Amino acid sequence: MANPKQFCTFFLDGLYFGVEVTNVQEVLRYQPMTRVPLAPAIVEGLINLRGQIVTAIDLRRRLELPARTGEKLPMNIVIRADDGAVSLLVDEIGDVVEIQDDIFERPPETLRGTARELVRGVYKMKERLLLVLDTQKATHCN
Amino acid sequence: MALNNEALQQQLINDLIIESAEGLERFDNEILRLEKGAGKSDSLNIVFRAIHTIKGTAGCIGLGKIESVAHVGENLLSLLRDGKIKISPPMISALFEYSDALKEILGCLEKTGQQGDKDYSSLLQKLQQLQTGEAPAGETPLRAAAMPTASANESWGLFADDVAPVAAPVTPAVSENQSWGLFDEESAVASTATAPAPAATETPPPVENSPARAAGSVSETAIRVEVSQLDKLMNLVGELVLARNQILQFTGEATEPALHHASQRLNIITTELQESVMKTRMQPIDNIWAKFPRIVRDVTRELGKKIQLVMEGNETELDRTIIEAIKDPLMHILRNSIDHGIEKPEVRVKAGKPEQGLLILRAFHEGGQVNIEIMDDGGGINVARVKQKAIEKGLVTAEAAARLADRDVFHMIFLPGFSTAEKVTNVSGRGVGMDVVKTNIEKIGGSVDIFSEPGQGTTLKIKIPLTLAIIPALIITSHGERFAIPQVNLLELVRLEGASARSGIEMLYGAPVYRLRGQLLPLIYLNRELGLAELSEAKPEVVHIVVLQADGQHFGMIVDAINDTEEIVVKPLGKQLKNIPCFAGATIMGDGKVALILDVLGLAQLSKVIAETRDRALTEKPAESARADDRQTLLLFHAGKNSRLAIPLSMVARLEEFPLHSVERAGDQEVVQYRGQILPLIQVSKYLTQTETAAAPQDPMQVVVYSESGRSIGLVVSRIHDIVQETITVKRETPRRGIVGSAVIHDKVTDLLDVRGIIRAAEPNFYAAAEKV
Repeated sequence: MANPKQFCTFFLDGLYFGVEVTNVQEVLRYQPMTRVPLAPAIVEGLINLRGQIVTAIDLRRRLELPARTGEKLPMNIVIRADDGAVSLLVDEIGDVVEIQDDIFERPPETLRGTARELVRGVYKMKERLLLVLDTQKATHCN
Repeated sequence: MALNNEALQQQLINDLIIESAEGLERFDNEILRLEKGAGKSDSLNIVFRAIHTIKGTAGCIGLGKIESVAHVGENLLSLLRDGKIKISPPMISALFEYSDALKEILGCLEKTGQQGDKDYSSLLQKLQQLQTGEAPAGETPLRAAAMPTASANESWGLFADDVAPVAAPVTPAVSENQSWGLFDEESAVASTATAPAPAATETPPPVENSPARAAGSVSETAIRVEVSQLDKLMNLVGELVLARNQILQFTGEATEPALHHASQRLNIITTELQESVMKTRMQPIDNIWAKFPRIVRDVTRELGKKIQLVMEGNETELDRTIIEAIKDPLMHILRNSIDHGIEKPEVRVKAGKPEQGLLILRAFHEGGQVNIEIMDDGGGINVARVKQKAIEKGLVTAEAAARLADRDVFHMIFLPGFSTAEKVTNVSGRGVGMDVVKTNIEKIGGSVDIFSEPGQGTTLKIKIPLTLAIIPALIITSHGERFAIPQVNLLELVRLEGASARSGIEMLYGAPVYRLRGQLLPLIYLNRELGLAELSEAKPEVVHIVVLQADGQHFGMIVDAINDTEEIVVKPLGKQLKNIPCFAGATIMGDGKVALILDVLGLAQLSKVIAETRDRALTEKPAESARADDRQTLLLFHAGKNSRLAIPLSMVARLEEFPLHSVERAGDQEVVQYRGQILPLIQVSKYLTQTETAAAPQDPMQVVVYSESGRSIGLVVSRIHDIVQETITVKRETPRRGIVGSAVIHDKVTDLLDVRGIIRAAEPNFYAAAEKV
């Protein structure tokens, strides 16, 4: 029996996503941001994380989801990447959940677009499906 | 557990790679000494130990190839060390080849994790032949050991007598590492104890290497720290400095004395911490210079020249990021000097110079910068040939070339595609080189200058900042966003108001230009270049032009507002943003927000403002520099009721205004708090003879900040007039206190202030302390 894995979950346009807890450095509420002119569209800006400058990526835009509407400010999930930290902007933070590997399934062939590259697979949870995000790919600009 | 072992193995391999690189560097240097006949008494011990360590460590972590290659050389070295054979020129070459082979395998190991499959058997055979071939034939091992030669005695030092009897039974033929065993250990320990400092830091390898011991030679006073760890520390200190600044702002308004004390302490400790952390990143320049003797030797041989390399100031320290950045440029300059600069021995003799050329590398600190000079006593730069080459390559027209001053001709060798080498050699002359050197040095905020005397030699002077981590920068605003511009790129600021704001900027086929002192300055709009806003048709009331230089060319950048200059901490951008050419990094401002640092060269290239103007910039220069030579830029001001005063602008760090109530007293000295430091103030009028009692102080005070060797002092004046460029003739008259002389500037008699004299009179400790720093 494989060890259960822990996932930090979050919501994005009604979808339920998860990233492995070991990849997550911290979760922050919205931070003031500095825009970067000429940057790739997915880069929302730069935030100051205790003296470290962290690039914030709008995950909705990265996953080609419709733009965020309403007053609610996005949250930061700070991911440890190869060259320092990167922040993913998400709608809402969920719980940390522990999942066994046996309910995992590869993404269905019908999944299209960027989601096809970035979603590693699906955990068939009781209430809903948890999409597992490939953080390395998600933080990379094409 | 399996994973743990793997990680441990990788750690051991990494340690081996670092350790071996250091060891092989020492190896090369000692062999070089031996070649020159200047070997130290323990040179052979040092080279032997370097190899022995590599072999031992490689063996115990299962790197068979390194172990076996190292082993063959070790045998030869042990014979040499014991004086059983004498060192010879072919042997030295073979040993260098051997060291290269080891470096190659280690390099391969670092890159691929494998030792590679290159075959070194011919080299190994050569080394083996040298062992037997050079040893006196037929000599019995006993005799060899019983009658140690003079050099054996030297290399053994004290230990020789004790050891000889033990060594006696060991024949050279079986002097393999197994049989060396214990004995070997003892010798290494003994020489470590007596050896001078550099050797002493190395611990001899244990025979029964346990993995833990092999992991690194840990000396008692130094530890290895990951560079990333230091960078992190640096980051946190930068953040602490910001927090400190905010606290100081609050406590400035508070009246609680205890709070004042605490914040003062915090202030001092933070400053000291910042300095200490900066120091941990400093490395002696010797870290790169140590490789140069070997390179010079190889290149010199290849070209059939004779050169002596002298290095001064090896201990000069600079930031590790800068050390990395100047390594290749320096190497290139050295190769160039050897190839183009220093002549062949026969040519030198004919010119009446010693056969051996001299190449001097000198490093020293001056004015908060690191200076590196590379001098050769070669043929110098042939001005006529450079001009001819430049015309041939279409870099300059014949008429323009005729007008060029020698100094400008020297600078032409930094143009891309330029090479005067008669033929392309392996070493240089491929036309990529000096321009890359210049670009690389300018990239880190440095500058290169060149001086040459025909027949006497060439000197290259490089000035580079101490550190890249903290740089002075101008903060500007464009479209509501703040940006930092490194001060090294900044020439001047121009502000156009009213009518000149509306008509000062002219269009040339859609390209905006401004007439700056009669010369056309191409302009770019920062808003538009960054895609922040389209150019609006409305004419603004005020236009701010930041005059910048990139790659030796000038251009103006129009921004919305100019804020201030600040010392900023440079931080890198993430990989998602690396491809944007116009940003060099980011920094955190006093309010905790992030601001982007503009890469002026990248921005200029992106906007194509400098690409085509290169030739023009070159041809314009001579006229300008001819005039500039005897012209001085002066700051004109009044102090009290004296006549107009002037000081050279180069002595002025900044002009500041301080409200009168910000003046505090430290002892009997007036001071103000300035950029987190205490700035002593001097009332200039008090030190000039003519003044009666000091006039009522003005509010705000006008202060000229003067800086030297990291210390600053404020000169309080009553009015600042202007900055002028003038050719002045100083008339010395009867000496007056505080005045060096007088001159006519802009049709008015103006006294030249003796700044140093006044400071010495007011603050006798200023220079003494500055010198100490």
